[in-house]
Amino acid sequence: MNFLALIGRVVISFLRAAGKIGLFAVNGVSHIFTPPYYPRELLRQMINIGYYSLPVVGLTTLFTGAALAVNIYEGSSRFNAESTLPTIVVIGIVRELGPTLSGLIVAGRVSASMAAELGTMRVTEQIDALVTLSTDPFKYLIAPRILATVIMMPLMLVIVADTIGVLGGYLLATTKLGFNSGNYIKSTVDFLEAIDVMASLTKAGVFGFFISLMGCYHGFNTRGGAQGVGISTTNAVVSACIMILLSNYVVTEMFFSS
Amino acid sequence: MNEVTPKISLKGLRKSFGDKVVLNSVDLDVMPGESMVIIGGSGSGKSVTLKCILGLLTPNGGSIKIDGKEMIGIAHSERKEILTKFGMLFQGAALFDSLPVWENVAFGLLAQRLHNRADAKEIAIEKLRRVGLGPDVGSLSPAELSGGMQKRVGLARAIAANPEIIFFDEPTTGLDPIMSDVINELIVECVKEVGATALTITHDMSSVRKIADKVSMIYHGNMIWTGPKDKIDQSGNDYIDQFINGKAEGPIKMEILKG
Ligand SMILES: Nc1ncnc2c1ncn2[C@@H]1O[C@H](COP(=O)(O)OP(=O)(O)OP(=O)(O)O)[C@@H](O)[C@H]1O
Ligand SMILES: [Mg+2]
Repeated sequence: MNFLALIGRVVISFLRAAGKIGLFAVNGVSHIFTPPYYPRELLRQMINIGYYSLPVVGLTTLFTGAALAVNIYEGSSRFNAESTLPTIVVIGIVRELGPTLSGLIVAGRVSASMAAELGTMRVTEQIDALVTLSTDPFKYLIAPRILATVIMMPLMLVIVADTIGVLGGYLLATTKLGFNSGNYIKSTVDFLEAIDVMASLTKAGVFGFFISLMGCYHGFNTRGGAQGVGISTTNAVVSACIMILLSNYVVTEMFFSS
Repeated sequence: MNEVTPKISLKGLRKSFGDKVVLNSVDLDVMPGESMVIIGGSGSGKSVTLKCILGLLTPNGGSIKIDGKEMIGIAHSERKEILTKFGMLFQGAALFDSLPVWENVAFGLLAQRLHNRADAKEIAIEKLRRVGLGPDVGSLSPAELSGGMQKRVGLARAIAANPEIIFFDEPTTGLDPIMSDVINELIVECVKEVGATALTITHDMSSVRKIADKVSMIYHGNMIWTGPKDKIDQSGNDYIDQFINGKAEGPIKMEILKG
């Protein structure tokens, strides 16, 4: 009895949270399309999210691309298929590791900072102050953050992540595994299809949406003082990562399941 | 019907957080151009009252009228329109720390698209001067200011767009006596010269005597006494007497001990 009640309670509270986040998302997205717009805020967020995330994203994918090349070389040599290395590296990076790794890293960076910033604004009454100064917090705070992340994740971060990831594999393969540079590049370019890149960019956009949604939702609804801000920050990062991995599967199925 | 409509009229306003009743039934009328001061113990619901009027908190019941117009249940767009009449100084200043001081002060002007940035900056610098801060403060970030300076920037921000109704939540706490007096004069000026209606929360009796037309005391979620400032010493109300004289002995202490 008690056990069933417990399950019921968990399910209900989960549905309630999902409903609240859903409403928040609809609200936030609809404010992107209605004036007044805050281009100054949008630009600030785009620079912060896109530009300042580049170094970590680049470093991570560079080493991952190299590690991937080592693994595939060793694995494929078991059945003398080393020549497939460039193709597998490029598909692995572009379809999967580039977007997912940068998503997770940007989640740690951006969701956390959004939740902490908005949470602090909430507990120090800055969000209330916005309302008394004829400014809609959804338009001024939420909409620019969501829009900036959805633009910057594909255009800036994931294109760079994919390129640097492939470069990592290339550098390792040509310097340590004895691949010929021209052949490596040729098979990379020959086997990469438009749909791979499409999938990569779609994933990036979807991840960007969840990164900002979770950061904004948890920050905006912060309660309590410094402790509340800490809780919101943790919840934002954890839920953003879960949503990234979950939506990664869904988008992959949409693109590639036959 | 030549009675003046109150600028702000609260009737039976109720607000609780969970089981905790903060406002039981608050009645309060503030006339246009009047300076009303609310006094009351810490945690008695003064700030909550202001936030209910502004719609930052949703009351559990009662009525809030601004210029005779009911605010509870009003459409979002209409509320936004009415909110442009208000200026609010928050107890903790609530400055935007991502913006420099002058942009904080000019925020309302820019949000209402009343001025371009250059003009708004000029007005902001002028408002800063009126709260005793030099133009060089304008380019600092709020985190670089002392608590009292932040409070004064908050004050400059509250009056920047020349609002019809101004709320001051403890304007002089954290200020030295001289600066307190400057701020009190500024509040009087806003009311007398600009014709604004002011609702001020304070614990500072010298400030009450300086700025109030009327005084109202909140206790246990009700306004237990409201009257003109000059009647406050002869209110015949033990709670008021104890509060304005700052005595530990009296009905309020008794209740604290009982609770
Ligand atoms: N968001 C909130 N959630 C729960 N309780 C709250 C909230 N805001 C205020 N309260 C409670 O309401 C009561 C009144 O708070 P309020 O801030 O109005 O006090 P106050 O009269 O302004 O006191 P002070 O003079 O110390 O500022 C307090 O007991 C407080 O605990
Ligand atoms: Mg207060």
